[in-house]
Amino acid sequence: MTTTSVEPVAYPFDDGESLVLHESYRAARTAPGMFRVRLPFGEPAWLATRYADVRIVLGDSRFSRAAALENDEPRLRPHSAHIGLMSMDPPDHTRLRTLVAKAFTVRRVESLRPRIREIASSLVTDLVAAGPPADLVDAFALPLPVAVICELLGVPVEDRPRFRVWSDNALSTCRLTPQELMASRQQLAEYLAGLIAQRRADPADDLMTALIEARDEQDRLTEQEMISLCGNILIAGHETTASQIPNFVLTLLDHPGQLALLRERPDLLPGAVEELLRYVPLIAGSSFARYAKEDVQLGDVVVRAGEPVIAAISAANRDELRYDDPDALRVDREVNQHLALGHGVHHCLGAALARVELQEALRALLAGPPDLHLAGEIIWKTQMFVRGPAAMPIAW
Amino acid sequence: MSWHLEVDEHTCIASGMCAALAPELFELEDVHANALKPDIEPDELALDAADSCPSMAIRVTENGTEIGPRP
Repeated sequence: MTTTSVEPVAYPFDDGESLVLHESYRAARTAPGMFRVRLPFGEPAWLATRYADVRIVLGDSRFSRAAALENDEPRLRPHSAHIGLMSMDPPDHTRLRTLVAKAFTVRRVESLRPRIREIASSLVTDLVAAGPPADLVDAFALPLPVAVICELLGVPVEDRPRFRVWSDNALSTCRLTPQELMASRQQLAEYLAGLIAQRRADPADDLMTALIEARDEQDRLTEQEMISLCGNILIAGHETTASQIPNFVLTLLDHPGQLALLRERPDLLPGAVEELLRYVPLIAGSSFARYAKEDVQLGDVVVRAGEPVIAAISAANRDELRYDDPDALRVDREVNQHLALGHGVHHCLGAALARVELQEALRALLAGPPDLHLAGEIIWKTQMFVRGPAAMPIAW
Repeated sequence: MSWHLEVDEHTCIASGMCAALAPELFELEDVHANALKPDIEPDELALDAADSCPSMAIRVTENGTEIGPRP
């Protein structure tokens, strides 16, 4: 049974300017079959919302990301572009991914924890010393992951203001013209090329040097791939965490019982981060479309070869077939295997790093300003791939 | 067959990274991943998979000594 006779529904369902998961997702999850949706650009797609289905779309090798470039992929931007690892399938994807995955191992990231703790703590100290009110985003949520990714990658922190512009541009959906987007990407690429040249002359113990060595000594990636990888890591490496920190704080403030529990039981922190990852709908618009390479059965629906599917991760994370009381935030939930960091070959490269940063961010904030609360209107990011406050006034 | 592979079912978060990286060595079932063959010839891919596992659920041992994930 399929629902192909129905007119596609406009998607995304909302404008991404809050943390409320749109009720259409529940309707989609509980209805038979799958919704057909139409994004601002591209052909209509299936919308997968059940945990089991989303897991297949993200994890099954019968679905392709590379095929999206050969089709009129459902998308938020007017033009489709090759965006690096996310536009690739195995085995090309595997070659690049393995190279950089070694820098993001749990072991390596854990060795960064003391430094991350130090940065978080020092930012909170400065924030508190400057007195209320403060902008959580500008004073803490953005500087923390930027400092960390700069150290990991080998990029000077002083160049941060320039990154902010390039990164905001890279993650915007419709704010820029295609020419402006390309120009911004080009500027970032030139900047990275300059840094790479410096590292070649002067190697350091950082990811950029490791990638240069892989290229120069083992010829395992092209210059272009290296620049593109560095750019992706730089942007992905901070925008998502910078969004999640205020999102998490906001969510905890909205659930004072849970916040109190967490203050009482700091041992719950890692589990609390997992639950918040499950609960917060980070993706503002839509995940990237996967194309079926052959017919695939998803529940009652046969997705035909050549058809695209959008996997709604946030909806899957609230699936009552998977979770008890899924719309309740429970920091002591023994959540495992949520899909917030993805699944399959494109599972978040920085997952271990994200976890450590989020744990240390919450630890520092919970230990820092007492009676932390919102002190004004939140300004939400608009027209971005991820949702979150652009500014969040707080006081204590 | 001097290397031994183990996946800790409880730690595994079923990200599918190992099966993606080394489909000849690992498969992802419904709930967690498995080593297809617990004993293998030395293969750097096994170490890569252990290093890349988001939850450090894979252990590679050689004669009882842990060699993966790598330090």
